[in-house]
Amino acid sequence: MQTNFTALQLQDADTAEANRILRSCVHCGMCTATCPTFVELGDELDSPRGRIYLIKDMLENGRAATELEARHVDRCLSCLSCMTTCPSGVNYMHLVDHARRHIEETYQRPLPERVLRGALAFLLPYPRRFRAALKLAGIGRAMRGLIPGQSMTAQRLRAMLDLAPEALPAAQPVHGVHAAQGPRRGRVALLAGCAQQVLDPEINAATIRLLTRMGIEVVVPPEAGCCGALTHHMGRHHAAMEAARANIQAWSKLELDAVVINASGCGTTVKDYGFMFREEPEAADAARISAIAMDITEVLAKFDYAPTRAAPGLTVAYHSACSLQHGQKITALPKQLLQRAGFTVKEPLEGHLCCGSAGTYNIMQPEIAGRLRARKLDNIRRTRADIIAAGNIGCLTQLAGDAMPTVHTVALLDWMAGGPAPAALQGHTASASSG
Amino acid sequence: MIRLPDPKPDVMARRPQIIAGLARLLPADALITEETRMKPYETDGLPAYRQMPLAVALPRTTEEVAAVLRYCHENGVRVIPRGAGTSLSGGALPLADAVVVGLMRMNRILDVNYDDRFAVVQAGVTNIGITKAVEADGFFYAPDPSSQLACMIGGNVMMNSGGAHCLKYGVTANNLLGVKFVTIEGEVIDIGGTHVDAAGYDWLGLITGSEGQLGMVTEVTVRILRSPEGARAMLAAFDSIPVAGAAVDAIIGSGIIPVALEFMDRPCIHACEAFAHAGYPLDAEAMLIIEVEGSLAEQDALLARIRDICAKFNPISMKLAESAEQSLAIWKGRKGAFGAVGRISPDYLCMDGTIPTGELAHVLTRITELSQQYGLGVANVFHAGDGNLHPLIMFDANDPESFARAEQFGADILRLCVEVGGCLTGEHGVGIEKRDLMPVQFTPGELRLQRNIKSAFDPAWLLNPAKVFPLEDNPVLAA
Repeated sequence: MQTNFTALQLQDADTAEANRILRSCVHCGMCTATCPTFVELGDELDSPRGRIYLIKDMLENGRAATELEARHVDRCLSCLSCMTTCPSGVNYMHLVDHARRHIEETYQRPLPERVLRGALAFLLPYPRRFRAALKLAGIGRAMRGLIPGQSMTAQRLRAMLDLAPEALPAAQPVHGVHAAQGPRRGRVALLAGCAQQVLDPEINAATIRLLTRMGIEVVVPPEAGCCGALTHHMGRHHAAMEAARANIQAWSKLELDAVVINASGCGTTVKDYGFMFREEPEAADAARISAIAMDITEVLAKFDYAPTRAAPGLTVAYHSACSLQHGQKITALPKQLLQRAGFTVKEPLEGHLCCGSAGTYNIMQPEIAGRLRARKLDNIRRTRADIIAAGNIGCLTQLAGDAMPTVHTVALLDWMAGGPAPAALQGHTASASSG
Repeated sequence: MIRLPDPKPDVMARRPQIIAGLARLLPADALITEETRMKPYETDGLPAYRQMPLAVALPRTTEEVAAVLRYCHENGVRVIPRGAGTSLSGGALPLADAVVVGLMRMNRILDVNYDDRFAVVQAGVTNIGITKAVEADGFFYAPDPSSQLACMIGGNVMMNSGGAHCLKYGVTANNLLGVKFVTIEGEVIDIGGTHVDAAGYDWLGLITGSEGQLGMVTEVTVRILRSPEGARAMLAAFDSIPVAGAAVDAIIGSGIIPVALEFMDRPCIHACEAFAHAGYPLDAEAMLIIEVEGSLAEQDALLARIRDICAKFNPISMKLAESAEQSLAIWKGRKGAFGAVGRISPDYLCMDGTIPTGELAHVLTRITELSQQYGLGVANVFHAGDGNLHPLIMFDANDPESFARAEQFGADILRLCVEVGGCLTGEHGVGIEKRDLMPVQFTPGELRLQRNIKSAFDPAWLLNPAKVFPLEDNPVLAA
């Protein structure tokens, strides 16, 4: 597609990259069809092609973002379904990341939104703060009905309270070295993550149990924390880079076969560190970390995961998190592992469409997120499965609270390889109660 | 560069009143008037041409469409119908004084009848959306444009779209039973029905392929077919383009009608393989995708005959799809071919001429010569069985001179198609892109007759007026 940047504009590395991406788009429109917001809203402004066009116009004119650009770019889930569909190989992810940063730096949002976004960026990446906030949310839930009106802020506050779990599981410290059982076959660092370890600490516990049982030493350096995705997707460039830099430095000190990520939203970002730091002093280290970053399912396949229990006779609806299927192009592997573990695996229709979770999207865009959740659950119910499995905490939280229990893929795999039955299955299935 | 008619000064001057008038007819979120928000609607699948419209309307019901058209008729405002905006001929290119009426929100399946094998859908349902709605019950909708994932059935009707599998099943016109048609006066008319051959003149035949110039379609009744027992694709690779062209002619000449017979040349094979990882032969100058369907015995018998015919043309290799996944990958590459060329060139113009299959070898040789003459690369991917060519002329849109050469190159290819007894467009429509080449195909008398038909439906030429017919000697637009 034609672009109109000046030579001066193109001297900026980020603008040059945006130009390269825009030029690879041929405007064919295929991406519109698989974009969840276009499917729901039916306006090209809420499709990848429309957003690309808006972003192009804004960047070419070197214009500060306005409420319009913010509205339509904010409505993008960053699910990257468009990147799976795009025949031309347009890197929409890097373009929209760049646009989010441009919006954050040139547009002042209304005060309530600024406060809310600031609070999310202050709380979610830090497990202690997030845990404390969730305890307060428990009190807040009782007052949910007192939040007046249908304003966006009121809807967002209610959405936030709805997402907070009723009872918070006890924290499970994971920092340190977890030795391999038997002869050591490998050594990996685990991204302990931020929100996930508060909402469901069992995911890290199951990951460590399963890997160490398979002969893999798991290291969780205390200096590493949030991967930076959360602030990255808010356009808060410096906060994201700081979080990522701490991880790169912590992991670069270690001899590792892989950096393991069990929240695929984070995995997509860690795999992008190489690009994010391409102009930074840490470029080489960042590229190396991205090269060895692996989703937990990739590591399990590499080290030949094998079950030890008898098949449980359960059917799993595998929900393919967007960050896994579109962001990391991992589609068949989790299903194959679940099948190897003895589960019958069903795939819901419209599997390419996002469930509406998308980081903080279900808080910031509650109406669209709610529509996508309902659509996803409807498709999942049609599978008549016993369990929903997914590889991303965001999706698991978003899809929880319906009739079917939601369990992380690794928790099911750990169970079948000798670990405890996932707590979410208690009372739901006979085999979990007896296992 | 293509000329657009001058905006009507009175309409431009009355823009605020027109917007206020439309706002009374539509819900607030169905009318877009801010410049920034209209921007994505300034172009379609042919982004070399751009023009901001007066306003964009996104109605949800036939009544809303009728109200907008009635208003525009009463106020002399031009209208540009739009589906998914995937037109490769600029069919949805706006005019400065026109209201774009987009049908993407009319995306519901209204009725499916398996006993009589038809489906009634709104115009904004995607082409593949129809098949998705019926495939679990063993049915499908046959025409399958490469953009079928995104393009909408209303646009398919207006452009009489084709697709790879039309070799066996026919194009949109052959699979259409009825439409709900809205005239520029805002009158809603049901044309055709749920069975073949409606009474009276073949109105459906007239409306299909009318490029949004006679009225708008809001609902479509299509024929759905029983899915075949199975289908299998094979790849045949050749070391020369004309030889592959000759092989196509030999297959069709033998009386076999494969369900699809597609051609790709070297640049396309490489670009598509990078996207689809389908195992395309990277050492070939040209490749055919040949698909047959039916019971396993039928497939085996047909494929054996096709292999024998191909063998006479010294193929480099022949390969059968060994699994459903491999078949899917083969088609994913083919269907994404236009976009995939975006990997090897920043921009392309996609031609759409049709020729007799006996001329394939000759025309493909001439295209290669023209490519050298113009100094622009060309990638060929097309429905070979139908003789429907899609040369993709590669150029750099940031270089105006290269775009001008690409346009001339394209015009030469289309003239060549007409010269050998073919036509300007197989399935993409004339649109804006091929408008000024119409006199190559038609005599002034033939063009006058066609214009008179448009005038009968739309005397003031409000509906998509700048397309299809050259602006010169058009009495209405000149006035």
